[in-house]
Amino acid sequence: MVRDTFHQKLEHLNQDLLKMGSMVEEAIHKAVTSLMEQDKELAQEVIDNDDVLDDYEAKIEQECIQLIALQQPVAKDLRRIDMISKIVTDLERIGDLAQNVAIVTCELENDRFVKPLVDVPRMAEIAQEMLRECLDAFVNSDVDKARKTAQMDDKVDMLDSQIFRELLTYMMEDPKSIRQGNYLLFVSRYLERAADHATNICERVIYMITADRESY
Amino acid sequence: MAKNSMEVKDLDFYYGDFHALHNISLKMPANKVTSFIGPSGCGKSTFLRTLNRMNDLIEGTRVDGAVLIDGKNIYGEGIDIVDLRKRVGMVFQHPNPFPKSIYDNVAYGPRAHGLKDKEKLDQIVEESLKSAALWDEVKDKLDSSAMGISGGQKQRLCIARALAVNPEILLMDEPTSALDPIATAKIEDLIEDLKKDYTIVIVTHSMQQAARISDYTAFFYMGDLIEHGATEKIFEKPENQKTEDYITGRFG
Repeated sequence: MVRDTFHQKLEHLNQDLLKMGSMVEEAIHKAVTSLMEQDKELAQEVIDNDDVLDDYEAKIEQECIQLIALQQPVAKDLRRIDMISKIVTDLERIGDLAQNVAIVTCELENDRFVKPLVDVPRMAEIAQEMLRECLDAFVNSDVDKARKTAQMDDKVDMLDSQIFRELLTYMMEDPKSIRQGNYLLFVSRYLERAADHATNICERVIYMITADRESY
Repeated sequence: MAKNSMEVKDLDFYYGDFHALHNISLKMPANKVTSFIGPSGCGKSTFLRTLNRMNDLIEGTRVDGAVLIDGKNIYGEGIDIVDLRKRVGMVFQHPNPFPKSIYDNVAYGPRAHGLKDKEKLDQIVEESLKSAALWDEVKDKLDSSAMGISGGQKQRLCIARALAVNPEILLMDEPTSALDPIATAKIEDLIEDLKKDYTIVIVTHSMQQAARISDYTAFFYMGDLIEHGATEKIFEKPENQKTEDYITGRFG
């Protein structure tokens, strides 16, 4: 009773999830670049592309439901499918957050930044790395990598509060900077949330492999 | 030990020179359903048959170890096999009613054990058919031939026949493999009801069936008991790689 067809379909599902993962990673990268370079066109591209991500989420969820209904998976196969259908929700949310950053780009298109953006791109880099690493852990069923990646979230949280303190100072000094300062605070929070979703993905990958819950 | 419970200790089984079961130890708790799964030829049916000494009928077989019912070894001295099979009933893959009336099929066992009282027999037949969830469908045609009812009804009749001698343990060897999904669902519901009064041990080729109906699942492979435990555990998080590979369809 070797179930080749089923396992091929499962592999196909893995590939779809990875593809969506790399699209989301690219969305964060482009969104933050658009902000740094005040490139409205690039921001618009991120905003427009969000529909594609939403469609991907729906497609993968549908494939999961279909595999459960038609193949009655159990044990690690069932956990994998269940986790994939949860991971796509995290990915879709990260995509939304990238879109939110792109919207801020459009709002600040003609502003002069009150200070050079240093920590925001660092946050984005870590969030992207977390996303890459957790999907890598997913493909290779690598528990240690998932655990290490989840721990990276602390750095992002630290940067978030650093940005908060810094921007607060600027806004207190000059009320004209409040509008921009607020938008940048949002960006910091969007990226912090994106890293939280990547942490969720790490937890799901750990559960998928070990059948035990761990939280970070 | 609870009444109606069964425990196997260090059981080896041989067909002539062929060592078919290797040192099996397993508890089957009272009033629970235990199912055996595994690929064809893994020994699960052979093992089931050791539980009421059905293998005695096959020439050249040998058993080492013990099968304890309520603590007493059924391979020990002074065991009456007829009495053993009364206590440990069996239902087979293909429904095999006798070519007699529905009533006579169910009354066969009690009569063979010497019961003649018509009123008592009527009562046993009705109770057994009710327990087997068949009474409402056949109560108006108890005198018709058992060969004229559907496959699913025949299988429930065989269950009623097994229940009529008031067993403690019920062994079932793929009881639904010859039945359609509706008849299968009825038997599965019936098994759930029956475990209130009986300890049930079932061999099934359908892993989904084992997952649906059993409290405990044991996985056999090439004459070894690889893993056994609570059914949820076996299907959610098996400990042995072979079990996981089998239930997820990576070999078999």
